[in-house]
Amino acid sequence: MQPDIQDQAVIDADELMAKTAGFKLSAEREAMVDDLQSRYPNKKATLLPLLWAIQEQEGWISREWMAYAARRCEVPLSHVLGVVTFYTMYHQKPVGKYHVQVCRNISCHIRGATGIIDAVERKLGLQHGGVSACGKWSLEHVECLAGCSWAPVMQINRTLHENLSPDQAVKILDELE
Amino acid sequence: MTKVLFEHRGKKGVDTFAGWEAVGGFQALKRALKMKPEEVIEEVKASGLRGRGGAGFPTGVKWGFVPKNTGKPIYLCINADESEPGTCKDRVLMEELPFMCLEGALIAAYAIGAKLAFWYIRGEFDLSERVIRKAVETLREKGVIGKNVFGSGWDVDLVVHRGAGAYICGEETGLISSVEGDKGQPKIKPPFPAVEGAFRCPTIVNNVESLAAVPWILNKGGATYAALGTEKSKGTKLFSVSGAVAKPGVYEVEMGYPMRDLIMNECGGPQAGKTLKAIIPGGSSVPVLPAETALGMNLDYESVQAAGSLLGSGGVIVIDESQSMPELLAILGRFYAHESCGQCTPCREGTGWGSRLLNRIDDGGGKSEDMVTLERIARFMTGTTICFLASSMAMPIQSFFKHFRHEFEALLPATTEARGD
Ligand SMILES: Cc1cc2nc3c(=O)[nH]c(=O)nc-3n(C[C@H](O)[C@H](O)[C@H](O)COP(=O)(O)O)c2cc1C
Ligand code: SF4
Ligand code: FES
Repeated sequence: MQPDIQDQAVIDADELMAKTAGFKLSAEREAMVDDLQSRYPNKKATLLPLLWAIQEQEGWISREWMAYAARRCEVPLSHVLGVVTFYTMYHQKPVGKYHVQVCRNISCHIRGATGIIDAVERKLGLQHGGVSACGKWSLEHVECLAGCSWAPVMQINRTLHENLSPDQAVKILDELE
Repeated sequence: MTKVLFEHRGKKGVDTFAGWEAVGGFQALKRALKMKPEEVIEEVKASGLRGRGGAGFPTGVKWGFVPKNTGKPIYLCINADESEPGTCKDRVLMEELPFMCLEGALIAAYAIGAKLAFWYIRGEFDLSERVIRKAVETLREKGVIGKNVFGSGWDVDLVVHRGAGAYICGEETGLISSVEGDKGQPKIKPPFPAVEGAFRCPTIVNNVESLAAVPWILNKGGATYAALGTEKSKGTKLFSVSGAVAKPGVYEVEMGYPMRDLIMNECGGPQAGKTLKAIIPGGSSVPVLPAETALGMNLDYESVQAAGSLLGSGGVIVIDESQSMPELLAILGRFYAHESCGQCTPCREGTGWGSRLLNRIDDGGGKSEDMVTLERIARFMTGTTICFLASSMAMPIQSFFKHFRHEFEALLPATTEARGD
């Protein structure tokens, strides 16, 4: 799990914090965060749910929103950056409208994951980590999704598709077009 | 065969509050609230229930480790991270029997004296998370989570804490780090979480399946549960079977049930046209066994260990003759290298180095000494790290080599010179 640092310019934390002073989530999400902060033992512990709320609203987590999270949870910006880069599901750049995750781990492999991966790659014209130019699709090969008994599986956004054949996988993508 | 966890599975509406009540739901919680916390712990101890998350530690004993009267808050973490490849049982419990899981968690919270519980659920889960969140909301509305539960004077709160894609957060101290808003990095034990866990307070971490058995135990009595299974492995266990069988799925059987029966009866035998070669009985981290060895053993902690593996999470991965063992091991190696949190050098370097060697063997570019190197790496990854992730890669390497050495050797040049390098 290594942070992707290639395309990241040096950040001036103070400047970023100042620039994002007025950031706010939707009223509903702010209320949700307030509620959690009243239940959790401290504000820092609400960082993961807060990052989820940001990603649900924005689709990804920009440096500006990380600065917002740092302020909201009373932690340094570097801490937020460390957390965001540690967890694979927080996106540091936009992903497609449909984020396709195909499982490549052992149980899916035994039930034909390679065929699913090939078919999906060909269909979308994308490789692992790719985002289509139109912004509609992104593709990721992922580790076990805890759907092993219904392998092979693929998850699109938050919906799990089970017991796939390559044709079925392509058909599911076709129907989203 | 007696069903504990799946007693009510498939009954209409059993995933709703009213449906769960209709099959006797919340009787166990009400009963527990009339008992002293220590009495609840004693009942769970008497059941012999052991943790179903992989390590198999006796649940009641663990609860008893929480120190009394420290003045600090006590926390319960429900481990719904379910990330061990081959394991998909907790998902079924949460999606189909959410109120049973929650009732078990609330009883545990009461027994250990926790006022706040964190339901730690892996970020990829969709349905499971929605179902659990909705069930928690319902319980809040009904006052089963909140102040003065069932008029007992006991207050409790429970929040759903969603992970964000990191296998290591299934390890209990990594989970705690993640609950605290940190990177999910495990912490050195001792102190054990029961003494000093989340927010440096006493914390119990339990797997969903362990907690889901607790309502049944309180309703029927610890002794009734202990009468199921074998002498040392009590009760029932869920097995999530995947791979080359006709009917993969999640099955509940009594501990000590023959693996052969599980595969031949519950799972309908091998997938059409396939011959079985190997079985990993307890999730990807435990040693692989040749199919005939695995089929000859019973499914309880001691028998599986005697056969040379571990019961682990109960994720039974069935491998047929058409699979290449070097390829499967390379897949597992890549997984552990990807998931190492990077704190310990033997793990960070060992998983990455090991994975690269396994990949090149699988690709046909291996060197004759690669297996010896891998064996050395596996040895130095074992017992030298903060958590068991490193050993979880070492055990597959050692067991794949032990039982399927010929498949690796067939891909390697006989001597270094033979390849001219
Ligand atoms: C690398 C690693 C990953 C683990 N993943 C999980 C998991 O996904 N779910 C789980 O319940 N336990 C997992 N565990 C086991 C936990 O550390 C812990 O033993 C368990 O949650 C305790 O609950 P139990 O006593 O009810 O089994 C994992 C352990 C290790 C070392
Ligand atoms: S053994 Fe590996 S995963 Fe576990 S703490 Fe050390 S580096 Fe992290
Ligand atoms: S291996 Fe693909 S879901 Fe588990």
